[in-house]
Amino acid sequence: MTVIVHRLLNAVGLLLAVVVFNFILLSMVPGDIADTLAGESGGASAEVMAEIRRTYGLDQPFHIQLATYVGKVARGDLGMSYYFNLPVSELILGRVAPTLLLVVTALVLAILIGTLFGVIASRKPNGAFSHFVTVLALVGFSAPVFWTAFLLIVLFVAMLEIMPLSGLVDPTTPRGTLAWYLDVLHHLFLPVLSLSSIYLAAYSRLARASMMDVLGSDFIRTARAKGLGETSVTCKHALRNAVIPVITIAGLQFSHIFSGAVVVETVFTWPGLGTLAFESILRGDTPAIMGILFFSAMIVIVVNLLTDLAYRIVDPRIRSARNA
Amino acid sequence: MRKLLVALISAALSLAAAATATAEPKQGGTLTFSYRIIAGHFNPAIASGTPTGIPGTQLFAALLRFDDQWNPQPYLAESWEISDDGRKVTVKLRDNARFHDGHPITSEDVKFSIETYQQQHPFKPMYAPVQSIDTPDPLTAVFNLSDPHPAILLAFSSQLGVIIPKHVYGDTDNIRKHPQNSQDVVGSGPFKLKEFKPGEYIIMERNDDYFLEGRPYLDRIVYKKISETTSRVISLEKNDVDMTAFESDAEFLNRLKKNGHLTLTPDGYSAIGPLEWLAFNTRNEPFDDKRVRQAFAYALDKEFIVNVLYGGYAQRSTGPIHPGSVFGPKDVNPYRLDLEKAKALLDEAGYKPDGDGIRVRTTLDFIPAGGAWKRKAEYVKAQLKKIGVDVTIKASADFRGWLKTVSNHEFDMTLDSVFNWGDPVIGVHRTYQSTNIRKGVPWHNTQQFQNAEVDAVMEQAGKELDQEKRKALYQEMQRLVVAEAPIAFLHTSPYHTVYNHERVGNPPVKSIWGVCSPWDEVYIK
Repeated sequence: MTVIVHRLLNAVGLLLAVVVFNFILLSMVPGDIADTLAGESGGASAEVMAEIRRTYGLDQPFHIQLATYVGKVARGDLGMSYYFNLPVSELILGRVAPTLLLVVTALVLAILIGTLFGVIASRKPNGAFSHFVTVLALVGFSAPVFWTAFLLIVLFVAMLEIMPLSGLVDPTTPRGTLAWYLDVLHHLFLPVLSLSSIYLAAYSRLARASMMDVLGSDFIRTARAKGLGETSVTCKHALRNAVIPVITIAGLQFSHIFSGAVVVETVFTWPGLGTLAFESILRGDTPAIMGILFFSAMIVIVVNLLTDLAYRIVDPRIRSARNA
Repeated sequence: MRKLLVALISAALSLAAAATATAEPKQGGTLTFSYRIIAGHFNPAIASGTPTGIPGTQLFAALLRFDDQWNPQPYLAESWEISDDGRKVTVKLRDNARFHDGHPITSEDVKFSIETYQQQHPFKPMYAPVQSIDTPDPLTAVFNLSDPHPAILLAFSSQLGVIIPKHVYGDTDNIRKHPQNSQDVVGSGPFKLKEFKPGEYIIMERNDDYFLEGRPYLDRIVYKKISETTSRVISLEKNDVDMTAFESDAEFLNRLKKNGHLTLTPDGYSAIGPLEWLAFNTRNEPFDDKRVRQAFAYALDKEFIVNVLYGGYAQRSTGPIHPGSVFGPKDVNPYRLDLEKAKALLDEAGYKPDGDGIRVRTTLDFIPAGGAWKRKAEYVKAQLKKIGVDVTIKASADFRGWLKTVSNHEFDMTLDSVFNWGDPVIGVHRTYQSTNIRKGVPWHNTQQFQNAEVDAVMEQAGKELDQEKRKALYQEMQRLVVAEAPIAFLHTSPYHTVYNHERVGNPPVKSIWGVCSPWDEVYIK
């Protein structure tokens, strides 16, 4: 119990540090929203720029701006986006679902298929399938994701013409209907394929190596000596141990996958957090950037906690060691 | 025989073309338009710029509209009259115009709108001489001006003078934060806002109560953001998108041109008047000497830039005003490529080659917005080397970084892009007026150019009501500026509107404002 309280306190401190540090970093970037709006307007006057800065409190001294912001965040208010004139929390929540849909689908597919490939490959480490997995891992992991994405576009969109190119859904489809959900799935296919290609490679390689490691250990020999069937040895004894590194990496990658998603989201104009982050940075929409950074810091912390819990469920040794 | 056949075929084709040209517009259909950005809001009274202007001019009507010959046409205004002394402009509104919520449009709305422009819009000179607006009756607005102001008619058009409802925006103390700038927008234009997903798309639907009988023809406009140029190109090729605008990448334009169903046109950009040039910081050594500036202008091969770097999609521009304007430059020095003359000018100015053969060391900034700008910067560096100038190219991290550097005058030379915005008073004077040297403001007189004669001619031209005299004054102004060379004028921006001519009839390119004009005549075939 104390462990959990301790970890929560740590998390709050970490979040505060994230907010202050990000605010300082962003204030060092040249140019602000007044410059962005002037740039987009194709001209400006000193009066209007001063008015914009006054509107958003940018004429205040730095420490006042920082204090105001931290105070707001503490009350759960992430402020208003300069560019969209909407609450940042609303903006982020609107973008979370598409990103989660993309990232979770890609990650789950990659873990399931990757582990399956790895397990099959490990049973005949020198077989044809094993070599195929090795090559797949090499190619998938080394190919830049935007390149993979463009290749998929060329194949599925330009040549076969069976996939839509961009967006979450065709805006003219009536919302909430079956057709709408099917259209989302249709639009999801290529971004998920691009994003999972990298992870599929990593997981199949990881599962293969980990399985081979475990299959060579003493307790497996014991299990075989007991006369257990090969399927039982592989699935019940070996896989359960071999899957621990997979969970570790999945936890780590879940927080990283947002950065991978930025590229995929941009290529497919997928309306997720990645696109929002990327464009907010270009626009100098400080509240939006701060909100997204705060949000992703929170995700990382939460996912780390969950990963920890997952270990305990899978591995009794960790459970007892940490409780002691 | 073969010739006859060719002649017959081409005759048949031109007949077919004539038939389609006179085809009656049809009601109904959805037009899908795509642009690389979607603005955060669509209220043109508080922001200019095309991302606001394209949807903004569909949602809001203005007092006037312009055809492609720079002639004002009635829009919300039925008639308008400028008094003989030029100090009074009387506008009569049509009596059947209503906002999307049913409220009639009155002179009070006109007064409120133009006053909002005066307070909030970045282009101050548009309405600067307007001292007061009288509203003697609901359909008459009288503008009292401190000086004659011929630019006011262009200011009344497109996104520069839309009429916004006083009963919606009048109650707020800060219109910039008004939620109806982006949601539930109440305008009076041909289309109503149906849905806006920030950063994704806009859906606009036909305004059934539009004040122009029978229009618009389209039922719906879907405005989709596609930021990747490659993706926009594929969407056009696959007919997922019917029209895009401001396409400027020569490589992609070449590719699009190969599609039989697509038309590429440079029409519809003359009022926006986008120019690209090389600007000198005239207060920095060696650019405080006009012979150095002239030498640099002579050293650049403008034809090469237009034809090779921009694949022939840009047009040569030789002065401060866009060649598509009625005031475009006529007999100014075009600074034809002449390396010997350039070197002679540098000699004369005292910049002789040193031991390494270098006369001048300087820096060059450029807009960090993709391939063409970078290529142009590299070309300038390579070309200036031929006259003994060593250029260090400075790359900015992002657009704002560049904008900041230039607006704070922290540059020697920069490649820049500046729009004319209709009348020279709005978008041209700002670059040359000595009173407009204002640190921190983008696209002012960043060259810090000071010339009393130029100031005086512009002052006079801005107030001249006689169009012919006004034309002569702007020719004079351009001769003076070009001779002083605070800027080496290069070319127009290679903007093209691309549309599927098998589907789109009357694309909005037959207006000086192009896609920033109401699309009420556009139809789906």
